[in-house]
Amino acid sequence: MKIKPDATAHVQPHLASAEQQAALGFPTELIPNWQEEAVRLLGEKVTESRALKVAMDACMKCGACTDKCHYFLGTQDPYNMPVARQDLMRSVYRRHYTFSGKYLPWLVGAKDLDDAMLDRWYTYFHQCSQCRRCSVYCPVGIDTSEVSMAGRDILASIGMGQKYANQVIGKVHTKGNNLGLPQPALADTLEGLEEDVLEDTGVPVRFPLDEVGADVLLVTPSADFFAEPHVDGLIGYAKVMHQAGISWTLSSHASEAANFGLFVGSAQQTKNVALRIREAALELGVRRLVFGECGHAWRVAQNHLSDLVGLEFLDAAYPRPQHIAEVTHELWQTGVITFDKSANASRVVTFHDSCNVARASKLGNTPGGQFTVPRDLLKASCEHYVEMAKPTTHQSTFCCGGGGGLLTDELMELRIKGASPRMNALTQVIESHQVTHMVAMCAICKSQFSAVFPEYGLEFDSVLSLHQVVGDALLMTPSA
Amino acid sequence: MAPTSDAVLVVENLTLATDEEGYLVNRQDWSRQVAETMAAADGVELSPSHWEVIQLLQEYYDNYEIAPAIRILTKAVGKKLGKDKANSRYLYELYPQGPAKQACRYAGLPKPTGCV
Repeated sequence: MKIKPDATAHVQPHLASAEQQAALGFPTELIPNWQEEAVRLLGEKVTESRALKVAMDACMKCGACTDKCHYFLGTQDPYNMPVARQDLMRSVYRRHYTFSGKYLPWLVGAKDLDDAMLDRWYTYFHQCSQCRRCSVYCPVGIDTSEVSMAGRDILASIGMGQKYANQVIGKVHTKGNNLGLPQPALADTLEGLEEDVLEDTGVPVRFPLDEVGADVLLVTPSADFFAEPHVDGLIGYAKVMHQAGISWTLSSHASEAANFGLFVGSAQQTKNVALRIREAALELGVRRLVFGECGHAWRVAQNHLSDLVGLEFLDAAYPRPQHIAEVTHELWQTGVITFDKSANASRVVTFHDSCNVARASKLGNTPGGQFTVPRDLLKASCEHYVEMAKPTTHQSTFCCGGGGGLLTDELMELRIKGASPRMNALTQVIESHQVTHMVAMCAICKSQFSAVFPEYGLEFDSVLSLHQVVGDALLMTPSA
Repeated sequence: MAPTSDAVLVVENLTLATDEEGYLVNRQDWSRQVAETMAAADGVELSPSHWEVIQLLQEYYDNYEIAPAIRILTKAVGKKLGKDKANSRYLYELYPQGPAKQACRYAGLPKPTGCV
């Protein structure tokens, strides 16, 4: 494997401004005793997190992870080898928290957190999309996402937050969503969608907002209101709910599924963002909570939401929370909804497993459901379904290249290069099976592919939402 | 280290504050010359079609404090310029960096954030 030292050493996200730091309670500039504070926080984090402790202590430099990261494969920068990324933190940990590192640092690769190391932390902890592919191959189960999350939280806590993620979290608190979409704009957008769907299908499908007493609260990424192909997925969820006769609503208070608290590695921020969803569910008096197509939102929702904010008030007859793909899958299995594959006859589709669904959560009741549920739906709604190469799908899936809080324009060079392993696999099936579209079920994946496809000679609109394809094939009962 | 915002745009002897990505900090600084200067820097000459989109974005922003969602924009474009242009492919032809981001910048509006 070829390496190119410092190939992406120049690629860094913009720093958060003083106001963007202050809005989240972080210091507005690099604090004078940053070194001491960073080391203290590192010690605290390792004590609190068993996963981080394993990452600091257990690596035996076997090399299994070195060629598993999409950013390394795309950039060849050796710091993008997972082991090297972890070493940036491990070497400092060793220097301050181990006997040999304190007294014989040169023997054990222990290093000080100096200016150059700080710069590397900021650079390379923001060249990890926290997708956990490397952890699948690590014989001791080290998860680099734990390292980069901890690193980012330490950086923000000493005054070096990242603009994109901080700005987004700030908007969630002031406007209810990542986009900063105010309630009147959201209401106007949903009204427009009702008109569109009526015109297209002749069926009066509703997009209810803030309806007290609905059964289901649907929480979805705000990109679903704003961008393509995301909005086509939202239309698909609405069609399914309509056809199944489920009473549902969106909320302007929790008009965002995403939780960038995860990306900045802060448990407190994650909890603050998650609380809105509980508040909205209680306010609207719903019995069920369903999440739309957003990878990391589902990771947070399924693994942490209940512990973070409590969902005991929801109906225990349903998963708390539930994913829209699980809802649709069950409706299809029980015959409540049916599909007409011919609606997708012109499409040859393949499926991109989103990292946070594939490796950090589950779907449905059976092991591996996160792989079979979306595939079942695609095979039921499409005539032509093709798999990409095995080492790039299921639990070995490659990140889209824009996950983990890196979906920002100043990182475009990294995003384009990091997409290359997925693009290679996609190009193969385009050539061998004339694939026309790749389907995804994560807002970040959809935006990232729309942006990088043209760099690889594909049309920006060759990526589709899972529920777009499902919704197009859904048999709708004409209104009386 | 990536600099925090101290970027500017110079338009006819006026120095206007922008963020690191070239979006105006103060919307009231906007003029047609601002849009033309930004476009020229990208090697783009603004056609009447470009201006239609810029105007639609600004009108929507005045009402809703945000740029319109893509479906609202394509529908509005369709109403003004004909049904064959009511799609995002047409908008990407005009604004290859993405209609929301590139056209918002020329229109003096903030960049849409989030997973878009």
